[in-house]
Amino acid sequence: MATNVSLQKVVKRYGEHEVIRGIDLEIDPGEFAVFVGPSGCGKSTLLRMIAGLELISGGSLFLDGERMNEVPAARRGIAMVFQSYALYPHMTVYKNLAFGLETAGMKKSEIARRVEHAAEILQISQLLNRRPKALSGGQRQRVAIGRAIVREPKIFLFDEPLSNLDAELRVQMRVEISKLHQNLGNTMIYVTHDQVEAMTMADKIVVLNSGRIEQVGAPLDLYNKPVNKFVAGFIGSPKMNFIEGELARSNDGMTSVHLNGQTISLPRPIGAAKAGDRVTFGARPEHITVGEHGTTIGDTRVDLVEHLGGQTILYASMKGGQSLTVALDGQQPVRAGETLTVSIDPQRCHLFGPDGNAL
Amino acid sequence: MGNQRTAIAGEPVVRISTLAPRQKFPGALARNAPAYLFLLPWFIGFFGLTLGPALVSLFLSFTDYNLLQPPHLVGLDNYARIATGDDKFISSMKVTLFYVICSVPLKLVFALAVALLLNRGIKGLPVYRAIFYLPSLLGSSVAIAVLWRQLFDSDGVVNTILWQFGIEGPSWISNPNYSLYTLIVLAIWQFGSPMIIFLAGLRQIPIDMYEAASLDGASKTRIFFKITLPLLTPVIFFNAVVQTIDAFKAFTPAYVISSGTGGPIDSTLFYTLYLYQEGFGYFRMGYAAALAWILVIIIAVFTAFSFLSARYWVHYDE
Repeated sequence: MATNVSLQKVVKRYGEHEVIRGIDLEIDPGEFAVFVGPSGCGKSTLLRMIAGLELISGGSLFLDGERMNEVPAARRGIAMVFQSYALYPHMTVYKNLAFGLETAGMKKSEIARRVEHAAEILQISQLLNRRPKALSGGQRQRVAIGRAIVREPKIFLFDEPLSNLDAELRVQMRVEISKLHQNLGNTMIYVTHDQVEAMTMADKIVVLNSGRIEQVGAPLDLYNKPVNKFVAGFIGSPKMNFIEGELARSNDGMTSVHLNGQTISLPRPIGAAKAGDRVTFGARPEHITVGEHGTTIGDTRVDLVEHLGGQTILYASMKGGQSLTVALDGQQPVRAGETLTVSIDPQRCHLFGPDGNAL
Repeated sequence: MGNQRTAIAGEPVVRISTLAPRQKFPGALARNAPAYLFLLPWFIGFFGLTLGPALVSLFLSFTDYNLLQPPHLVGLDNYARIATGDDKFISSMKVTLFYVICSVPLKLVFALAVALLLNRGIKGLPVYRAIFYLPSLLGSSVAIAVLWRQLFDSDGVVNTILWQFGIEGPSWISNPNYSLYTLIVLAIWQFGSPMIIFLAGLRQIPIDMYEAASLDGASKTRIFFKITLPLLTPVIFFNAVVQTIDAFKAFTPAYVISSGTGGPIDSTLFYTLYLYQEGFGYFRMGYAAALAWILVIIIAVFTAFSFLSARYWVHYDE
């Protein structure tokens, strides 16, 4: 049973301070939406407003077309997985899973069926008689998810659920949550500050910054066509390189940019911008190559090399001290201190105007 | 002589002490001398004022000693007399047990109720906290016990108020049916200390737990009994043990309100008051010491029982 979530001009204020500033958003039934953004951007607050744990100061929240602003959390058909897991330490795993169902006055046989079914899905059947303190971080996370599953909610909300897990377990749980979404088909809203989680799990990413939506879209849309410098810098790892430049000219669908002492041509029109405007040139580290393969952007001195096995990351400096990150495929025999000529593929570059918006 | 600094390439600088006393004393003692120096006040306090007198009282409990003549050993006579022929031991123990059983649970319930009220994010919390804690600071003092007399005397404030409603109150303090209850009320009034600890305990419960329960549709009552109370059991346990030990040792209120007699008709004769009468009224120091050690044993047994029972009802998170 999948549910549509609609936010219209939603605002959250604490006194005079506005932390959510007029959010308009549609999440389709069955969609896996990820709210992503830096700390303090309001993503958790927005999730908690949808859950009913925070009052909505302005605007409207609709679930399947029904206004929910004044509906108590328990009656919204929502289940939430907390960052801290929020397991009751004095109850067994079974009791933790059953708590919500017992509260609802469900029959014991039905409670047992649902708990056992959820435990089976999450492979925690053998843990049902244990207390949370006897579980590992990953097992606790599964129980927390199980507590949401047993309620058979319309919408699952996840508030940074993998933050307390180690790197290996995060990857594993990431996959499991995605599989769970595939199997259950419910609408899920997931909050994270980790753009890798967002890219790998989401049908739709909502990038938030200072209480506003910067961009909404499919992961690859955000990666390929970021609408502004913030989204371009936030999505993608390592982060996109930004080089300050000046617009030289633009005609016949071609644009020339003065960059670091040389002029490069990009095959794109740039709308209203005109020659002499300050622009920011953006190139993702994985789209920069060593050698003169495309458009050369100059020589760089390698300051540091990270060998990741599958990738070699170079942290380099261009003339004038401009830093540049380059991600090369495979294991490259590059050493710190070397000077390399680097090139870009003009098709995969980005230009941002003085206001930070993409040109 | 002084400190010498040595450094090995790539290693942090190590400070090696070459203090002069190292030549005179064994190594470990000399090395730790400054630490022992800092601990000295505690050693003096513990050995001179706690352990020393405790051991002396243990010795005296096997003697007959009236302060004027040297103690002489009587073996287990004092303990045998307490166990077999001392009616006042029995009656004072009954009074004390009744006081403990009534005052401790009521005080804890009251303290928890106030802590729950104060935990609701009200403005000016520190002020309320200080006001509610005040009786605990003053509660054991003679001044408060005197005030209690004024409140509960036959023509005291309580009866004056009752009289306004046409009720003629009894003489609470001089009536053996009521006198002990006034002391129990006084004990409950001193709820500040456990209240502060409850408040700290309540603030330790993660808000996520409450939010998870509210998403599950749990009512406030269900949340209190199923979440708050179980998560508060370590604090309840601590408060219960400390308050019970304190209640067993209660002395000042009974002494002041009954003018040291434990009356009327021994109704406020706390165990400690009886012990005091034996020691400082009749100068039977050996007998009083034996009474004191029996109280120690009773408190120890109670505490041990509490810790044994804790494994069945106290929930520790980690």
